[in-house]
Amino acid sequence: MIEDTGIVVAFWVLALTTVGCAAMVAAVRELIQAVLFLALSFIGVAGIYIVLSADFVAVVQVLIYAGAIAVLMTFAVMLTPAADRKNSETTFAGPALVLAGLVLSVIVFVAYDTSWNISGRAAFPSTAASLGEAFLKPYVVPFEVASVLLLVAMVGAIVLTKEESADA
Amino acid sequence: MLLTIVTEHWWDIRDLSNLSAKIAELIDAAGGPHWLIFVVTGLLGAGGIIAFIGACAVINIWVERRVVGRMQSRLGPNRLGPFGLLQPVADAIKLMQKEVLQPKTASGLIFTAAPIAFTIPGIWLMAVLPWGRNMVLADLDVGVLFLLAASSLGALAVFMAGYSSNNKYSLFGSMRAIAALVSYEIPIVVALLGVVLFTGTMRLSGIVLFQEHYWVPLLLLQPLPFLIYFISISAELNRTPADVSEAESEIVGGFHTEYSGMKFGLFYAAELINAVVVSAIIATVFLGGWWMYKVDEVVPGWMIFIGKIYAVYFLFVWTRGTLPRFRIDQLLAFAWKWMTPMAIVNVMLVAAEVLLWEETGWSAGLLLPAYVVINNALAVGLIVAFVRVFAPKFQRFPTGLRMYSNIDVPALPAVHPADAAPVGTPAS
Repeated sequence: MIEDTGIVVAFWVLALTTVGCAAMVAAVRELIQAVLFLALSFIGVAGIYIVLSADFVAVVQVLIYAGAIAVLMTFAVMLTPAADRKNSETTFAGPALVLAGLVLSVIVFVAYDTSWNISGRAAFPSTAASLGEAFLKPYVVPFEVASVLLLVAMVGAIVLTKEESADA
Repeated sequence: MLLTIVTEHWWDIRDLSNLSAKIAELIDAAGGPHWLIFVVTGLLGAGGIIAFIGACAVINIWVERRVVGRMQSRLGPNRLGPFGLLQPVADAIKLMQKEVLQPKTASGLIFTAAPIAFTIPGIWLMAVLPWGRNMVLADLDVGVLFLLAASSLGALAVFMAGYSSNNKYSLFGSMRAIAALVSYEIPIVVALLGVVLFTGTMRLSGIVLFQEHYWVPLLLLQPLPFLIYFISISAELNRTPADVSEAESEIVGGFHTEYSGMKFGLFYAAELINAVVVSAIIATVFLGGWWMYKVDEVVPGWMIFIGKIYAVYFLFVWTRGTLPRFRIDQLLAFAWKWMTPMAIVNVMLVAAEVLLWEETGWSAGLLLPAYVVINNALAVGLIVAFVRVFAPKFQRFPTGLRMYSNIDVPALPAVHPADAAPVGTPAS
């Protein structure tokens, strides 16, 4: 499966897109451009999910990360007073590079140290159906707890940002 | 070789999937590699879809202007060619010749990428829609979710256009557009959730097969989601009842104020393309796609499908030609206070119906007509209830604004003496 020429080509194209866009996020000086490159990087990750035949996760990745999170980030940038078109140099560039290098070395070490088992089973016929079964049958309690948590977070955000109205 | 296939099996044009099957056989017979089948059929399908979409974008300029003209007792374009049919060609040539201006302070890369990013998702959407029994480019298992995911990318493109133009009207327009897109995403998702729950599949060809199997278009079974989807998607499409993001009378041209020439042309074409694609989605999900009782045994499925697309597209043109524009706060309130609650009520209803169907095991012939009656009655009842009970009372002079707290509303100049006093207070 993974040895197919098409799959290998698709993987490398997607991987280069993802990593290249992620690098551009750090490299560009304009925050909005960084957010847009991040969205492109998210779409590349979704493509890698498709290569791994996880179509449901891929589509949700596009829906939530590229669709919702990116729009949220643009709004965050728009509401940040210090976000200029040309951002000045920051003193944290050096420490950030060191930290990123450390994280990269850990990931590379783990990737080389692990003995990767190749799964013998075939691809899932339908990931959406099996995910739905899993969410609504064995894992229904964590699923519902997570949704209640999100609801609480939403109500909390509304309470925090609600203006005290003078006349009401 | 391709020519002999086309000439000898010309009748197979009734079902273009036969053509790709023939090509696949040919590649097998010639001993070609297996992946070539996917490449050839994929290119054929993608080329066909892009050709259809491109043709639609050109023809629909004419369709839209003529139909709206007819509705507004005007003639519309009628000079160039028979019935003015060549007018879109002339428009396209004019757009291509125009100089593409770009503001000096615009951020160039985003400014150029925005129209492209705005056009691509609409074309993606077309890939998962079935054109016939086996005629679908990408029969995704998560088709409905893919529709939502791809259409949510449009918001980012609109923002790119508005932000990079460095113009306050553009930014206003794109902010309004994103507010509308984010708000109307919720009723759309919840309305389609009802459909997915009822049919039990997210595969679009599966939804069509459900309607074929039970011999009923989902429009009858799910009238409320159809209405919610239709209204919400025309807000997302940025068409006239809800075109707040480019309201010409308020904010010049909205997010594409600074665009000219073919860059503007791409925005214009993308809006027409999106309208066609959304009509195709409605035709597939609610009207049965290529299926139409016994007709699809005689008429090719893709012809029925195109007929349905244009039937729905006529509805979009109709609403555009007849309805006035929403105000931005009305538009958003409509999404949150009306569309979303109605969609949630519908999901609960559908869940109860599906549970009843599965638990009792009653025959579909008994249950589905009952569901048709119940759902239509409930849809009418809910709309009447929302209009009569929950709607805020109309105020000629608002006593309290809903968006800002301390703004003095100056009194309108009195045209008639009775209008000088607020409605409801006795005129002295």
